[in-house]
Amino acid sequence: MEHYNMDLTLKIWRQKNRQSKGGFRTYEVKNISSEMSFLEMIDVLNEQLIMEGKEDPIAFDHDCREGICGMCSMYINGKPHGPWKATTVCQLHMRAFKNGETITVEPWRANSFPVVKDLVTDRSAFDRIIQAGGYISVNTGNAVDGNSVAVDKEKSDKAFYAAACIACGACVAACKNSSAMLFVSAKVSHLGLLPQGAPERQTRVVSMVAQMDKEGFGSCTNIQACEAACPKEISITNIARLNGEYLSAGLTMENKLTT
Amino acid sequence: MTWKQMFTSSVGKKFVMALTGIFLISFLVVHVGLNACIWANDNGKMFNVAAHFMGTTILVRIMEIGLFLGIIVHLVQGYILNLQNQKRRSVGYAVEYGNRGSKWYSRSMGLLGTLLLLFLIMHIWHFWTPSRFGGMWSVQPLSEVTYPGTQIEYHNLYAEMLTVFQNPIIVILYVIGCISLAYHLMHGFESSFRTVGVHNNRYLTLIRYTGRGFSIIVSLAFAMMPVSMYLGWVK
Ligand code: HEM
Ligand code: FES
Repeated sequence: MEHYNMDLTLKIWRQKNRQSKGGFRTYEVKNISSEMSFLEMIDVLNEQLIMEGKEDPIAFDHDCREGICGMCSMYINGKPHGPWKATTVCQLHMRAFKNGETITVEPWRANSFPVVKDLVTDRSAFDRIIQAGGYISVNTGNAVDGNSVAVDKEKSDKAFYAAACIACGACVAACKNSSAMLFVSAKVSHLGLLPQGAPERQTRVVSMVAQMDKEGFGSCTNIQACEAACPKEISITNIARLNGEYLSAGLTMENKLTT
Repeated sequence: MTWKQMFTSSVGKKFVMALTGIFLISFLVVHVGLNACIWANDNGKMFNVAAHFMGTTILVRIMEIGLFLGIIVHLVQGYILNLQNQKRRSVGYAVEYGNRGSKWYSRSMGLLGTLLLLFLIMHIWHFWTPSRFGGMWSVQPLSEVTYPGTQIEYHNLYAEMLTVFQNPIIVILYVIGCISLAYHLMHGFESSFRTVGVHNNRYLTLIRYTGRGFSIIVSLAFAMMPVSMYLGWVK
């Protein structure tokens, strides 16, 4: 790929805090290298803003900048994580854009992900869903021999594909219903498919769905927009699996714990 | 987990949608098969006898109540879900997400369902009310026929069809109804099986192609009924 520099116009969502209304502001950046990542381009803009001293730099989430933590979350030109498939914003390179282009950057939009500041959203709803059931209980004591638990290859592959979910929330951002089903189903599949997760298989799916509802995410209508937006290409087959797990829990579990 | 939770959580509400949807699909199979009798070209005899059987068999009449309940539950639940889901994003995007990954009709199930509902109201008024109440309450007049070899008076629903489908506007409205059905099922057929938990890809592939075939063939067959009557292919 040929290296080139570009000048860009950026329309970026600015919002002081949770309560304030917010709106778009337009900025110009010059001499952006096609080798930069999108976040580095925002860094350049922020340095520019700091030098000018007229307004605060733009707040945005990021941590690893290598596509594994799920913190970066920008809705770029109508697409969560921007135009490239299977890519987080931090891994999106500026060669995805042309010289002179105007780029619109918005935060994730969903009532369950309130904007904290500018492009930063509060995604702790996902943490609470994980706390509700996205774990396995392991007793203390000596570690068991790894080979003593047999795992079917096909299931382990599926579990690992699901485990690739980095909980970035792009699925919610892309979904017209603001549904979190792709995320929740990835966790339910990842843990439920493995023998280590089997003991809590039923309670897990029930508790996680209950928490998901409590957080105010929408219901899934299988339109598949989430799958296309997912930087880890989590399959919506996981959602169907969650539905099946939920149905079987619904048909076989007791109302409450009895002896 | 309680029964209530099972059917009122977000996943549970979708079970209700999917189960009623699959039930309505099974009804369509019977309905399209039976109506295809008009193409026997026997001046409606086969069709009228079949309709008579449906209208006078107690088991079918009980299932008819189930059908009405199914439609009502499906559309009430559909509207509730649609409304709730729309309210989950108070501040929208400046640039819409658009088509990536999803089809327009999968995002428009509420709209397509509303078109279907309007169609159903018209359709029930055209045929169901006269056939059930025509003789009794004179809601709408309906002629009777008898066929040689039987004493039974049959509602001449076939004649009713021929009359109704002389009006080109009604024919067009029926065709629009059938197109809405085709798109509703293009998404709904596969979606309902996913909703009840089918996740084996072998089955999903089978369901996908069956669903598309079903949506197109059934809707086309339905659409051809008013069209063939209007164009005089059956008399
Ligand atoms: C012949 C009549 C109908 C049939 C066979 C039918 C079938 C279906 C099926 C199979 C689904 C998929 C359920 C799922 O995704 O789990 C569905 C969804 C839906 N239907 Fe219908 N339907 C019919 C009429 C209606 C009517 C009259 C409405 C009126 C409002 C309606 C509104 C909806 C809505 C809003 C959905 C939800 C979309 C979704 O969850 O993806 N449907 N329908
Ligand atoms: S910053 Fe960690 S995934 Fe982008």
